[in-house]
Amino acid sequence: MEKILEAKNINKFFHDPVRIQVIEDLSFSINKGEFVSLTGKSGCGKSTLLYVLSTMDTDYEGTLLIDGEEMPKKNEGFLAKIRNEKIGFVFQFHYLINEFNVLENVMLPGLKLAKYSKQEVEHRAMEKLKMLGIDTLALKKANHISGGEKQRVAIARALINDPHIIMGDEPTGNLDKKNSDLVFDIFKQLADEFNQTLLIVTHDPGFADRTHRIIKMEDGKLIS
Amino acid sequence: MRTRLLINIAKSLLMARWKQTLVAAIGVTFSITMFITLLSFMSGLNDLLDGLILNRTPHVKLYNDITPKINQPINQLNDSNVHHFIGSVKADASRQSIYNSNAIINAIEKDPRVLGLSRKLTAQVFFNDGNIDITASIFGIDPNQETKLYHFDEYVTSGNSADLNKVNNGIILGKGLAEKLLVNIGDAVQITTSKGNIFQLKVVGIFQSGIKDFDNVQSYASINTVQKILSVPSDYITSIQVKLKDIMQAPAVAKQYQQLYETDAEDIQTANSQFETGSSIRTLISYSVGITLLIVAGFGIYNILNMMIFEKMDSIAILKATGFSGKDVKNIFIYIAISIGIFGGLMGLVFGFGLSALIDQIPFNTASLPTIATYPINYNPNFYIIGIIFSFITTYFAGWFPARKASKIDPVVIIRGK
Repeated sequence: MEKILEAKNINKFFHDPVRIQVIEDLSFSINKGEFVSLTGKSGCGKSTLLYVLSTMDTDYEGTLLIDGEEMPKKNEGFLAKIRNEKIGFVFQFHYLINEFNVLENVMLPGLKLAKYSKQEVEHRAMEKLKMLGIDTLALKKANHISGGEKQRVAIARALINDPHIIMGDEPTGNLDKKNSDLVFDIFKQLADEFNQTLLIVTHDPGFADRTHRIIKMEDGKLIS
Repeated sequence: MRTRLLINIAKSLLMARWKQTLVAAIGVTFSITMFITLLSFMSGLNDLLDGLILNRTPHVKLYNDITPKINQPINQLNDSNVHHFIGSVKADASRQSIYNSNAIINAIEKDPRVLGLSRKLTAQVFFNDGNIDITASIFGIDPNQETKLYHFDEYVTSGNSADLNKVNNGIILGKGLAEKLLVNIGDAVQITTSKGNIFQLKVVGIFQSGIKDFDNVQSYASINTVQKILSVPSDYITSIQVKLKDIMQAPAVAKQYQQLYETDAEDIQTANSQFETGSSIRTLISYSVGITLLIVAGFGIYNILNMMIFEKMDSIAILKATGFSGKDVKNIFIYIAISIGIFGGLMGLVFGFGLSALIDQIPFNTASLPTIATYPINYNPNFYIIGIIFSFITTYFAGWFPARKASKIDPVVIIRGK
């Protein structure tokens, strides 16, 4: 199996106010097409781990490989490019840009990548929106749609550059049951039909149980 | 493509806060407007004041000064066996005229650096008015040449300067002198020369230079008339006044002519050094006021951008999370700052031009400046170029610090902070 993401001996410390180890010598890997959930109690370090894996947090020890390539810790521009091209993000809060409409929000990372022309990016963004059943909202302003819809727009945005892996930090944490199920079904569909790799942090056992693989954390260590 | 995307993002951030942006731009507009107006007005005023003296002053003046001869004839005796002591050396005034003036004039006219020259001679006379004698000088000039080079006719407030050549024994009196003598155009005045000769002259014009002391004691007549008054031959002139194409060459030219023609030569910079000092200080003041205004406007932009970054923290975080680098974010905010600067600056140029044009229409009548009807304005395009460059630079730096701050925002802190 092709390894999309591999973490080797990751250690992370918080320095303020006192030095605390939040991640202890943690190693694991995720294969292509896997739908992995990362669970654990609040404060066990699961979100911290996700941000290390996402390349946004570079203050760690150990080695991180994405798509077989080792991530440097200093080259901010390079890491931004990796995030743009290879990682899709879905956060608990949607983080759409209110000045743009739904379509523009989805297109933004695609325009940044500049792999396709603007027309093609627009076309692809519409396809993603159609797949998620929100293509009718395309021209609405981002702050004029409901919470569940916003999260789906955020997923479409995460998908626009066909990332190697989608990372989610409690993507259903802010949603009601119906919308949570909807979002889960989308993830499931992505994994099953499109062979999309996903790594989702959640503390919802119902959500985690339905994924392919559960990584459980406690006090900065993997326990299963 | 990428730059256009960043500019688009900058534009939408700008539009989201267009009122604040407008206030920032108005700050720049105001300062550029004042900068342009101030400089145009100040330098208009400078030109006016300089013109008062400098336009009428020759760039190089050749004359024979009244000084004791440094080289007394006895010095030329080359005999080492004798010593000579000369006491009570006196200045020799017998040679005020320029030797061989026609040949010198011909040579100078051929010099490519020279724009033109005029001949001049001066007579000290008494104007007889009843039993009072008023001391004054009569300058013998060529009115056409004088008008061409030194705008002489602009100062002739009544009558015509060309009449000096047409009317036999014509004279143009200074306004103050004419008032003292109670004469007007067409009247006759009587003068007595220092050698005791008496002449009748006919007033053909009144001139007003703007400097009252001149107007009280000066008058102009044609060269022939003055030569007649002094009873000297027709090649007798006391100074040759040269106007150069480039005023900055005057000292060098003066030095050269002094050696070449064995006369005294004075350049305009030496004769009028105080004017240059005054002009440069006035210019310095205008520039410092203008730049101060711009810096204040820069602080306004700095504040507004800082506020915008604080408000748009989330957007910056998600841009960075989805692959925009710190440099991209920095560029976005610098684009915002620069577009405020350019928009505000261009408006400032337009308003600055409008305001100076308005000042140009305000009547400004003063007895001492007969040629001036409105406030003087100098529409120098350099002020506009400097203005737009300054507005660009200040806004760039005003934007640079907030932009750097935005580029350093750590997306993790913001995303986890929710």
